[in-house]
Order: sequence, then C-alpha cells, then structure tokens
Amino acid sequence: MFEGSKENQKLLASFEFEPGKVEKGYTDRRLYINLSENKIEEKPIDLQVKETFTGGRGYGIWYLWDAVSSKTKWNDPENEIIFCTGPICGVTQYSGTGKTHVVTLSPETGTVNDNNVGGYLAPFLKFSGWDLLEIRGKAKEDVIIFIDGNKGKVIIEEVPGINSDTYLLVEKLTERYADDEKDKRNLSIVSSGRGAENTNLGILNVTWYDVRRRKVRIKQAGRGGTGSVFREKNILAIVTKYTGVNAGSNNAAYPELITKAGRRLTKEILELDHMQCGMREIGTVNLIDHMQNYNCLPVHNCKFGSHPDAIKIDSKVWHQRLTQNQAGDSCWVGCAMRCSHAVDGFELTTGPLIGEKVLVDGPEYETTAGFGGNCGCFDPDFILEANFYCDNYGMDTIGVSTTMAFLMECYENNIINKEITEGLELNFGNAKAALELIHQMAEGKGFGKIAGLGIRQIKKILVEKYGADAEFLQDIGMECKGMEFSEYVTKESLAQQGGYGMANKGPQHDENWLIFMDQVNNQIPTFEDKAAAIRYFSLFRTWFSLVGLCKLPWNDIEPEDNKQKYHGMEAAKVPEHVENYCWLFEGVTGKRISPEELILQSERVHNLQRIFNLKMGFGTREHDIIPYRAVGPVTAEEYESRKELYDQQLKEILKFNIKNKTTEEKVKALRDYREEQYQKLCDAVYNRRGWDSNGVPTLERIKKLKIDFPEVVELVKEYRS
Amino acid sequence: MIKVNGRDREWEENLTVDLLLKKCKYSFPLIMVKVNSKYIPKEKYKDTSIMDNDDVQVIHSIAGG
Repeated sequence: MFEGSKENQKLLASFEFEPGKVEKGYTDRRLYINLSENKIEEKPIDLQVKETFTGGRGYGIWYLWDAVSSKTKWNDPENEIIFCTGPICGVTQYSGTGKTHVVTLSPETGTVNDNNVGGYLAPFLKFSGWDLLEIRGKAKEDVIIFIDGNKGKVIIEEVPGINSDTYLLVEKLTERYADDEKDKRNLSIVSSGRGAENTNLGILNVTWYDVRRRKVRIKQAGRGGTGSVFREKNILAIVTKYTGVNAGSNNAAYPELITKAGRRLTKEILELDHMQCGMREIGTVNLIDHMQNYNCLPVHNCKFGSHPDAIKIDSKVWHQRLTQNQAGDSCWVGCAMRCSHAVDGFELTTGPLIGEKVLVDGPEYETTAGFGGNCGCFDPDFILEANFYCDNYGMDTIGVSTTMAFLMECYENNIINKEITEGLELNFGNAKAALELIHQMAEGKGFGKIAGLGIRQIKKILVEKYGADAEFLQDIGMECKGMEFSEYVTKESLAQQGGYGMANKGPQHDENWLIFMDQVNNQIPTFEDKAAAIRYFSLFRTWFSLVGLCKLPWNDIEPEDNKQKYHGMEAAKVPEHVENYCWLFEGVTGKRISPEELILQSERVHNLQRIFNLKMGFGTREHDIIPYRAVGPVTAEEYESRKELYDQQLKEILKFNIKNKTTEEKVKALRDYREEQYQKLCDAVYNRRGWDSNGVPTLERIKKLKIDFPEVVELVKEYRS
Repeated sequence: MIKVNGRDREWEENLTVDLLLKKCKYSFPLIMVKVNSKYIPKEKYKDTSIMDNDDVQVIHSIAGG
C-alpha cells in the first residue's frame, strides 16, 4: 500500500503558471496535459467556443470533438478525459454549485459520454485558474497529477505499484498533500480503483474533506465507464489543492443577484424540505417508498415494479441507518440541500477489507433500487457492502446492479448455469453470490471477467458461445446504446421510455425523468405533449452541465405555492427556480438571460452531442430502440402479474377481444401496439427537435443554432434522408 | 364512476380525498389535489367528500433522479 513517502516518486513533468484570475465566472483558459509526452500546457478558450457552447460540458464536448476522429476508440491515447467547470460553478451563496462535469469516449457505448459529480474538484480547478482540465495520452506507469492552485504549479509524478482502490488511497493522499489537519479541506482528489481497470463499468470518485467527521468523503461520476478511461491512461489520482474560497471567488458581475437567488432558495429548503422530499434527512433514497407504491421500482431485472419485501429497504430503514444532522453532508460549500448522506462505522463482512469498520457514502436511490429491488436482495447490509465495494473498486453501482440483474434472469432461465458462472448460484436474492461476483468483477477473475463487460457485450458472448436466444436477450437486457438502464420501471410511461431511448449518451435519467408527469399525473397525454416535454426537460437538464450546477435543488424542493400559481408542464418547470437560474447567470457573467435563451444555450450542445454520436457511427433512429422489457411485459409471468391492467388496456384501447385468448396471445397483441406507440413517439420527438425522421439534426436546425461549422455540416450532409 | 387524473375509477360511498389517496397508494408528500377544479388544502383532505361523477386531479411534484 501507498506509504506516502515522497522519495519513492519520480517527477515526470513540472509546469508553472500564473495563478488564475476568475473574471465573471470564467478563466478563459484550459489546462492541457499529454501523458504520452509528459507535456503540460496552458491553452486559451476561444471566444467563439465560449459564445457558442457557454461552458462546462459544452466546452468538454467541443474540445473532445476536436481531439478525436471517427476511428478513435475509448482506449486509444488520443481519447481525452476532460474535467469541466462552468461559469456558475463554485458560487457559495446558492445550493448545488459544485459540480464537475466529465466528458470522454465511453468503453460501453464507443461514443461521447458525460457525467456529473459532486465534491470540490471543479470549483478548486476554476479558482486555480482553469475552466477545463483536458488530459490526453497514456502514461507508461501509474501517475499522480498534482495541481497547486495557489502556488501555480502542476506536476506529474510516476508512482508505480500502488493499490488504486479509493478508500485507503484518498485517505493516504489527503495526509500526504495536506500541510496539516486544517489544510485537508483545501484538497479534492479524483481516484478510481481496480474495478475500473478490469471492467467497462469504471467510475471516478471525487473527494471533499468532511471537517466534522474528519473523514474524506466521495461522490461518483458513475455512468459509461469514465473511470475505465482514467485507469487506462494510468492515472492513479488527480490531486487539486486550493486555499481561499470565498463568496467573491467568481468575481461576479452583480453579486446582489446571486444573493437574492440564494436567500430565496435557502429559505425554501430550510422551511419546506422536511415536508417535501426530506433530502436533508435521507437524500435521494426517499424515492424507494414512492417508486414501490407507484409500481416503478425495478424488481428482478425490471420484470416487476414492486415487491412485498421492499419495506425492508424503505426510507424508514435508511433514516435509522444514515447518520443524521451532519453539516459535512454538503458536497460543496454553502449547499443547504446537504443530501450526501453516509453510514458511519459499517463493518464489512467480505473482500479485502473484511472486518474493517468503514464509512459508506450513500446509499443513493439508484444503488438501493439496483441492488435491493432489481437483484432481489432486500437486505440493507448487503446494499451497504455492495455500495462500499463498488465505490472502493471504482465501479458504477447502476451498471453493476443492472448487469447483475440481467445475469440473474439468465441464470434462472438456464441461459447460464453453474458451469458457466464457475460455481456462482446467481438466483435473484442471493446476496452472497452477488457480493462474490462484485469482487470477481473488480479482480477481473472467474465469471467476473465476463460480467464486467456490461450487458451488450455479455449478450454477444452468450449468443455466440453458448447458443442463447438473441431475441430474448435483446428483450430482457436492459441496455441501450451499450449503457445499462438506471433504476426505474418505465413500462407504463411512454414518455420516459423515450426519455431513456432518445437520451444522447444512453439510458440515464439525468437527461429526462418524466414518469410521474406522464404515468401518474397524466399531464402529457398526446404524442405532441410528450415530445414537448422530452424536448424541454432534456434541454433544461442539459443546462446544469453547461454552467456547473447540480440538478437536485431545481425540483427536489419547490416553493410552497408552485402548484397553485402554475399548472401542468409549467408547474413542473418550477418557474421561480428558473428565474433564480437566470439571476444567477446574469449575476455571475453580467449577461442578462431569459428562460428561452437558457434553453437555446443547451440546444446547441445537445445537438452537437447528437452529431458527435453520428461521427462515432451511432446517433440514428436504430440506436434509439430500447429493449422491450422497458416498454411492456416480455413474458407471460410479467403479464399475469398485472393482468387486470393489461387486459383493460387491450379491451379499452385496442378493442381487442381477450375472451379465450392465451396469455401469450395477449402479450403479443400488447407488444405490437406498444412498439408502434414508441415509434410514433420517436417521430414526434425528432420533429419537435428539428431532426429528420432518422433522428439526424437537419441542416436548417444546425444553421439556426449557429453550430454549422464546416465539419459538422459535412457530417450531417452524409446522413441527409 | 369518478375521474382521477383523467382516468375512470369506481366511486364508492363515504369516499373522501384522504381515503382516495390511500386507496391509490399516493404516498408522495408533495401533491396538489383539486376536486372539480377546486383546490383542496391538505388540512381538508379528511373532510372533503368525493361524490359520484367528480373529477379529481392529484398532481405529484415528484422530481425523480
């Protein structure tokens, strides 16, 4: 293990820079590192790029577009991993402003991927003087990149032979790079783990120091295998150090606007959160109860939407397990939402740290629903252990649990057996086998070697090597574009099916989450309504990633009278919070912005990302198809579990005579109807977005958006239908 | 028969807003209820009867992931 001895390291490169001056939220420069050449450089952000793509993920996608060719693979040295800040990032007077957005080519999808993550990285990077950290190339041995924002120094050190797992590594690195206990709060570390080395499901952990607990805390950039790119480049860690964050660090144009927005939101959170989502008490895991009650909790690989044992992992349980009233649960300074909860002193029962009492960051809703419901292991201790080890190994809890649920269904259908799994009995609910598989995945051993590839590649192996039924695997394998679904059952929400299927990077809920507006509230009944919602909300959510914000304070809290003042989709936008964002943007940058212009900023980036998919050989209609399990009941068992509902739909909507019909006949009739509905939704969404019937942005649209750069136009022309 | 969020549902005697929410398993705390377009404050859920043919809206502000 890492001994913290500075003598063991070999200095590969050193670079000195003028410590940054942030002007109205921007530094207008990027830190470029080429690990193959041990080169560190300052590069400017072009004015046209700033005006067109706003910041954050917009910058990241543009500079990645510029860096890679259509032939670049995720593990080629020219693939870059880009850490993005954003103009509003680092504001301390408004909740949820500390997000880092990470852009790279994904090992799962082969195309551009984006993630957002809390922790102190992005604000520290920006206040050190960098809007972006852009890393290209591949180191020969493991390296640590250290950025000292106050001294104006960047170094790359070679540090071979160190265990990359996060839990102990970040503690050691914090000790090593902090001058004293007080200085620990000035560090943010990016790390991953051995699971990222041996699977396609690698994550990044980003730290902040919890002063009250005296512990390093972590949040995850989770989807699409970003951590696998990080470890492929042989980056052990990135350590950023910055001292001196204050309310004026962004050198904002109109600080009074920021204060006005901040006061309004903080008052709402403190007065209303305990009556609304309870984010300050249990965070996102509050959703378990509601997903169970509304039949949206993934159970047994999304076969079902609820389960009687869900009570064992509901919010009451987590309220007791999560340590309460911890000021350190804010993953950036000044966030009143404070939703990054943790379980202290959890004793591990398996793996390399067996017997250790550890701090588990989480669990979040997705982890709980994935391991608890989807894998059928309704055991809080199992969920905590799986959560801990996935984080520690640098693996995505969503990707791992959705893959595991798929494998469990394959096991129960005799598609795989003990011979193939090398002895693992992968039945739903077998927590012991599930934990063993997590360790095997991280080590790249046994059946874990196959499991770590993710569902798309596993399906291929099962068909080619073991003669599995490809159509059935396509129906039950919960992936789209190569990325595993996050943890919601979408069978009764056509809008959310589209929200997942037509998301640029793959089926992750951060682009769209429309289940309740659609399935429960019935507020968007027509195709046009659903298309309008999918367009608006995907763009609105994209905006957070351009400016460095967290989504949660937008609509996990809302003004008490929001629903009386506003109606339908308008209420779902939370107009007073949209107004806050306009104030924030103007307050920081000095540029007045309307809600419509905010959407326009996003639309440019969203369309470029779609076109980036085209560049990498994806991005057309066929790649928006989702597995039928996300649309309706695949099997008779699923149909029978909600027979009353499905029979009623067949009778009332399709006028289908169900008398004397077998369940299989009814499954087929329902399937024909629902698959047709999904295609009609695609038509409506493409039309609303200004894309052609193949899902390709039209030349008119890209001209209107002012992203008609020659290489973009050339690419789009190739796909003109 | 009553309508709940535009969908038909059997009416039953002595049905109140509070009882309807329980029967529908509408557990989410952040909801707004209207009966025949009239807003019903939370404190009146138990006392507000739902009659046959009423049109009930139960709008959830659940935000999701």
